[in-house]
Amino acid sequence: MIALRHRRMATLPGLSPGWLAAGLGTVLVSALVALAAGPVDLGVGAIARELLSHVPFLDVKSPLSETEDAILWQIRMPRVALGLLVGAMLASAGAAYQGVFRNPLADPYLLGAAAGAGLGATLVIAYSHGEAASRDLRPLAAFAGAMLGVGAAYLLGRSVAGRTTATLILAGVTVASFLTAVQTFVQQQNTDTVQEVYAWILGQLETSGWREVALALPYMVVSWGVLLLHRRLLDVLAVGDEEASSVGIDVSRVRLIVLAAATLGTAAAVAFSGLIAFVGIIVPHAVRLVVGTSYRIVLPLSLCFGAAFLVLADVLARTIVAPAELPIGVVTAFFGAPFFALVLRTTRMVGS
Amino acid sequence: MTPLAVEGLRVELDSAVVVDGLGLEVGEGEWLGIIGPNGAGKTTFLRAVAGLVAYAGSIRLLGDEVDGLGRRDVARRVAMVPQSPVIPPEMTVLEYVVIGRTPHLGYTGAPAARDVDACRAALARLDVAQLADRRLGSLSGGERQRAVLARAMAQDARLILLDEPTTALDVGAQQQVLELVADLRESRALTVMSAMHDLTVAGQYPDRLLLIDGGREAVSGSPAEVLTEELIARHYGASVRVVSDGDTIAVVPLRPRVGAEERIEP
Repeated sequence: MIALRHRRMATLPGLSPGWLAAGLGTVLVSALVALAAGPVDLGVGAIARELLSHVPFLDVKSPLSETEDAILWQIRMPRVALGLLVGAMLASAGAAYQGVFRNPLADPYLLGAAAGAGLGATLVIAYSHGEAASRDLRPLAAFAGAMLGVGAAYLLGRSVAGRTTATLILAGVTVASFLTAVQTFVQQQNTDTVQEVYAWILGQLETSGWREVALALPYMVVSWGVLLLHRRLLDVLAVGDEEASSVGIDVSRVRLIVLAAATLGTAAAVAFSGLIAFVGIIVPHAVRLVVGTSYRIVLPLSLCFGAAFLVLADVLARTIVAPAELPIGVVTAFFGAPFFALVLRTTRMVGS
Repeated sequence: MTPLAVEGLRVELDSAVVVDGLGLEVGEGEWLGIIGPNGAGKTTFLRAVAGLVAYAGSIRLLGDEVDGLGRRDVARRVAMVPQSPVIPPEMTVLEYVVIGRTPHLGYTGAPAARDVDACRAALARLDVAQLADRRLGSLSGGERQRAVLARAMAQDARLILLDEPTTALDVGAQQQVLELVADLRESRALTVMSAMHDLTVAGQYPDRLLLIDGGREAVSGSPAEVLTEELIARHYGASVRVVSDGDTIAVVPLRPRVGAEERIEP
């Protein structure tokens, strides 16, 4: 008993079971709320019983009719699942970018990832004139564009003499401006598809069955695996490149691996959901305010709360102007921009 | 095995030669002080020894060339306390000190209970065990410097490099930190190399001094041999009086335009 207590005293305060449970619980509750929200009233209780009826060895009968069952499993569930994945991905990638750059305002949209993805998707939409078949090509093009954007920003940042963290961020902004200019040019050249491009840019969580979820999931799982394995190293990076090197870390390698993983996941998210801004800033910051700055805690909790946040934002997007839908990017920006301003006012910028 | 042996060391930064042909050996348990005017190359020399800058020539840590060792191996042999460490204000002292265990953990490994114990022990040796859960941003200058030293201790390296360890500390905190380093050197059989600004302090703590100027060795020897009015005037362009009282040396700056004799005579 004494040995046990001593052991607990000796370990670092990490992710406590309580917080993990709170994170997972929030995900579950927000998912149930989102599943229940919609024009057809299924009821949270009925949804819960339907879900439980699929648990083996549990004798629960589903109260849903066949149509309701289809609405739940083929329409709402995939959309909620995509929302959970995208939200978790954007938030955890945001936390990772912030750690890598030691900059509280860094997010997945830095480094040209989103602008590149936007250009890729716009090219496909514009030159296929919105044909249905091109929808399959869109994620791939967005993905290639995101990688291109980050690659260009990285090379540009490296080529500048006396490079610092700020250099890389400025390089990202430069690349993003250029790619956005090209994207706007392509968009204006092809006026017949402007509306479709706009809809994609503002962000949406449209799903056709489980396709999108199945396509996005593998990239995100790889990304999360890598990011979670590096969460302690992100804490070490907090003391700056020079000191992190002096305790034995190959800083540029760690940075490159984390950046690649976060960008891979971001690209997958952007490809299937369009540009949804601010999730990567709001969520990790809110988590830090409550549990402190260690990435060993911030990263997994950002993942959970990011998932819940985006799914709830989607509920608002679906219901505020029902039967029409707001682009979810509008909802996240509505909450995110004021929050961003608050963060800007209260953080001391960490040195570059 | 000699903790540190340097031969013909040359370091260029942005194509300017900053360290030019330095050579020295530091013996087991020795404290070597490095002095010299601003821009003499003191910090660059320490960074080269810690494997943080590319160099020509040879730097051997316990017999092995720094260039040939992996980052982790270097970090197990030498710990560096930089002049102005990055202090993440929200991080707790214990979290910060645990960073020092990094060279002893696997790439993705988490610190085990014994690593955390080692960190608490390092804090206890520096008399700041009670600060473990405090945030770095809430510490005084002296407490912060002890946290940084504890992180270096947690690294369990035999050679410790201190770059101006007492800048920005008041005279009391300065003395306490240096006494702690002296104690640790005794009790942990550490080898210490420190760049020092304050020549009086440099005269009292290290066993041996190396005066460098323009990246080259100017003089090396015992504090009494190096800290002379003539050498300090030549290399620092300073007018000082060296007061010696048996083993204790004090270097007192004097205003150059007033005759030194007149001021000292009662």
